[in-house]
Amino acid sequence: MSARSTAYSVGESSTRTKWIAAVLVIGYALVAMIPLVWIGMTGFKSPPDSIAYPPKVFFEPTLEGYVNLFTTRSRQTDEYIESLGPPQTWYDELVRERNMVITGPSRFADRYKNSIVIGFGSTFLAVFLGTLAAYGFSRFKVPLKDDLLFFILSTRMMPPIAVAIPIFLMYRELGLSDTALGMILLYTAVNLSLAVWLLKGFVDEIPREYEEAAVVDGYTRFQAFYKVVLPQMRSGIAATAIFCLIFAWNEYAFALLLTSGEAQTAPPFIPIIIGEGGLDWPAVAAGTTVFLLPVVIFTVLLRNQLLRGITFGAIRK
Amino acid sequence: MRKIGTFVATALLAAGAGAANAQDKELTLCWAAWDPANALVELSKDFTAQTGIKMNFEFVPWTNFADRMLNELNSGGKLCDLMIGDSQWIGGGATYGHYVKLNDFFDAEGISMDDFLPATVYAYSTWPKGTPNYYALPAMGDALGWVYRKDWFERPEIREAFKAEYGRDLEVPTTWVELKEIAEFFQGREIDGETRYGAAIYTERGSEGITMGVTAALYPWGFKYVNTPGEYDMEGAVNSPEAVEALEFYKSLYDCCTPPGHSDAYMVANLDAYKSGQVAMQMNWFAFFPGIAKDEVVGGDVSGFFVNPGQNIEASTLGGQGISVVAYSDKQAEALEYIKWFAQPDVQAKWWELGGYAVHVDVAGAPDFPDSTPFAGEFLKAMDGVQDFWQEPIYAELMLAMQKRIHDYVVAGDGTAKEALDKLIEDWTISFEDDGKL
Amino acid sequence: MSGGAMESVADAAARATPKRMAGRLRGLSDRAIAWLFISPTIVLLLAINIFPLLWTVYLSFTNYRANQPGREVKWIGTRNYERLLGSEDVWGYMQATAHFLVWTMVLQVVIGLGLALLINRGFRTSGFWTTVILIPMMLSPAVVGTFWTYLYQPQTGIFSYIINTFAEVGALNMIGSVSLAPWAIVIVDTWMWTPYIMLLCLAGLRSIPPYLYEAAEIDRANALQKFWYITLPRILPFLMLAVLFRGIENFKMFDMVVELTSGGPGSTTELASINLKREAFEKWRTGYASAFAVILFVTVFGLASIYVKALNRVRS
Repeated sequence: MSARSTAYSVGESSTRTKWIAAVLVIGYALVAMIPLVWIGMTGFKSPPDSIAYPPKVFFEPTLEGYVNLFTTRSRQTDEYIESLGPPQTWYDELVRERNMVITGPSRFADRYKNSIVIGFGSTFLAVFLGTLAAYGFSRFKVPLKDDLLFFILSTRMMPPIAVAIPIFLMYRELGLSDTALGMILLYTAVNLSLAVWLLKGFVDEIPREYEEAAVVDGYTRFQAFYKVVLPQMRSGIAATAIFCLIFAWNEYAFALLLTSGEAQTAPPFIPIIIGEGGLDWPAVAAGTTVFLLPVVIFTVLLRNQLLRGITFGAIRK
Repeated sequence: MRKIGTFVATALLAAGAGAANAQDKELTLCWAAWDPANALVELSKDFTAQTGIKMNFEFVPWTNFADRMLNELNSGGKLCDLMIGDSQWIGGGATYGHYVKLNDFFDAEGISMDDFLPATVYAYSTWPKGTPNYYALPAMGDALGWVYRKDWFERPEIREAFKAEYGRDLEVPTTWVELKEIAEFFQGREIDGETRYGAAIYTERGSEGITMGVTAALYPWGFKYVNTPGEYDMEGAVNSPEAVEALEFYKSLYDCCTPPGHSDAYMVANLDAYKSGQVAMQMNWFAFFPGIAKDEVVGGDVSGFFVNPGQNIEASTLGGQGISVVAYSDKQAEALEYIKWFAQPDVQAKWWELGGYAVHVDVAGAPDFPDSTPFAGEFLKAMDGVQDFWQEPIYAELMLAMQKRIHDYVVAGDGTAKEALDKLIEDWTISFEDDGKL
Repeated sequence: MSGGAMESVADAAARATPKRMAGRLRGLSDRAIAWLFISPTIVLLLAINIFPLLWTVYLSFTNYRANQPGREVKWIGTRNYERLLGSEDVWGYMQATAHFLVWTMVLQVVIGLGLALLINRGFRTSGFWTTVILIPMMLSPAVVGTFWTYLYQPQTGIFSYIINTFAEVGALNMIGSVSLAPWAIVIVDTWMWTPYIMLLCLAGLRSIPPYLYEAAEIDRANALQKFWYITLPRILPFLMLAVLFRGIENFKMFDMVVELTSGGPGSTTELASINLKREAFEKWRTGYASAFAVILFVTVFGLASIYVKALNRVRS
């Protein structure tokens, strides 16, 4: 299925029904976008504007939310601030207007970096192992194959909190609590079911004849896989990787329960961005925007593969 | 593929190196993210200057603090070398071995617990309660108090209107009944062209908010957790007629006099409601009062402070924390050095100056202390009558049960006050049975 | 191996893989390769999924507490299960979960199917708008929950404001009111996941061969009949698959709702997973929580199995 190829349709719709359909669909899309647009806008509001009544659609944009997101500040007296001399940078100036001084960077950048490291690390491992397993399941007679495949899928039926209980105990014994390695292994395991199912579908689509020809030509089985099958799976692997990445990027429950500082990713951190003495909505909105933007871009890039990804490869068109 | 592999390998190495490279001369202190924490960052610069030990801080908002930090301690984590843990954690910290026992260290360094306010030593440092076994140094005294709009209370037209309605002057309330009358008076009133509300009280569901709020009413009514101190006979104490009345009263206050949508509010939400001019009064921890006093909008003469009102007796809900050394830390020596530095009288004096509630007798016991700020005197009054929640090792379990039962009744309106407290006794009984105390 | 050209390609292949590995792999039988390829996945899943699952089952029969390492772990039989199944509160959480599950599915199926039918009319730029509609479902549920608390603020939030421009209902306390909170979470989930159902319905619609409609035209079937006798049966398997995947996810729902309401007010939106987290990681009643986890797993597994049987019947 392709989101673009909508030319084909049920019967021939009249121009009028097409118009009505267009109006309704576009109307829905616009309404559905309000929350996201609103959050994007809030990131550029000043804290008072963000809690104004009635809600402000037009406002003077400021980068305060973004500055607050990336820094920690403390409130100071006027005398103290004057004693510091003129502000060195534009963000110093912005913060001082609120009687505050910047005391250092915030933890957001660290959490964001953790999200990247853990996201890419687990994606790489899941896709690597998943490709091998998918090829194995697709091409060889594996005893109990269907059971194994079902078993791989059923691991997704456990509520994450339930999985987290024994993992917590296990990681505590192994010293993997709050480590990037622990999170990478866990996300790899969770993503493997998706990766195996998706990739198996991609391998199934590659005719066996190619490899068989290569084997006849003197390739070993492994070489045939490496030189013939793998290159053809490239786009499938890329799509799978993006799905794994998005899962790891969005995951919250495990990160909440198994990390506390060193390896914490952004999702459990964003809800707790607070300013001094009040929930700082512009900073939360800024963090949300910075965090969601990559996923929005990936979604647009991936639109033709989405269906396959979200159904574990059950629907391929 | 190879490029991605290299990238991942580098990333993995970097992640690993982060832990391995950590220098010896570095400490991480964990606490809640709030005003006093910023003051502590400022104060700790002196420690770094004197010792060369760099201080890192991990501050978590209150609503996630217990959850996250107890998880960290229970997983044997090394994130925190020093922990400013909440008063109720001391039982678990001592019993389960999360905290280092400090008696020998205090003796060796000549730190005496007599130098700190007795109520705070009892609450923040000892386990079992009241015995000379210390697992923390009192770091920050705190209790639940109230802030009110002094400017509104002083306006002649408002005072007249109040007197006409209630037949007495509009003054700081000394009982909960008076407080509710004042809150009713302000609820929905137009002041300066905007609708105002009575009082911002704690109603938070997730962590400990509504329990802290409701106990501020329960204790003055004479609520007790048990009939016999040291025993666990809760029937007739937890659900005494006074307790039922206090709980009903708290619900009526929630129903009549809080701003719209105030159904999941803890410290930050109350501050927001107060600072934005929505409410005439808010309950909050004394810890925030220095920040309110110097706030650009509600600071100075705009705000006044008062101790938690009494009813049948005078009592306040205890807050505050001691500072402990985490048993899993590899840097216990440096961590102890920090505590030794922190316990010095001049450091304690500066701590109070910066906005932390020092409880060293040289500071809080000094004759000029009550008049040093508009709230210092009220703070001492509060500390005279503080009561705390269970400090049992299984406190979290007891807390969550109370959160549920109280929130179900007060906010969601399920059942009656008596039923809520009866169910609470059932929950607590099961917990104590499981823990082998019953 | 024969033929110089082939030889060099094979060598190149071997060179591209690490040398020693290639040497070993060259002679491997298919069977060995199959196991070599599959076993790492199986081992990892055994270590991180199955072993923990068995451990959970074991723990569910004990009084273990993860925060009391020194305490003696006692086998207490089925007491955790008895307590759970006999608890009124637990039934309350299950009811909250069921309410959430049923209503999200109903709303999403109705809206998602409607949207798919409209998009399938094939107006210009429909591809672009489809992509726009898909965006919410790719976002992090926890972050979505967080920013919806902001949109739901009774006075300053945009949600209440927009509703009030259409109907004067006063400030809507979506999160704090007992009657509205269960709907607040349903609305957010519907906003987020309707595109999912829509996407699968679209796939179903596109699988219907046009000649079926042409035949219906000849039989003078009206639009409703065409929908009832041709469209619906054809897309039903797709729709049911969508409901299966979403149903499992919503049964496990934790992140979005915990950030949005944290289970409140009272216990109105305390879904099973939220309570499980409280028992396991706040109260640290590990044994009891494990029993709860097992019950949830068995429930979802059982429901899913029955459902899959129904799905297969529809398909055939």
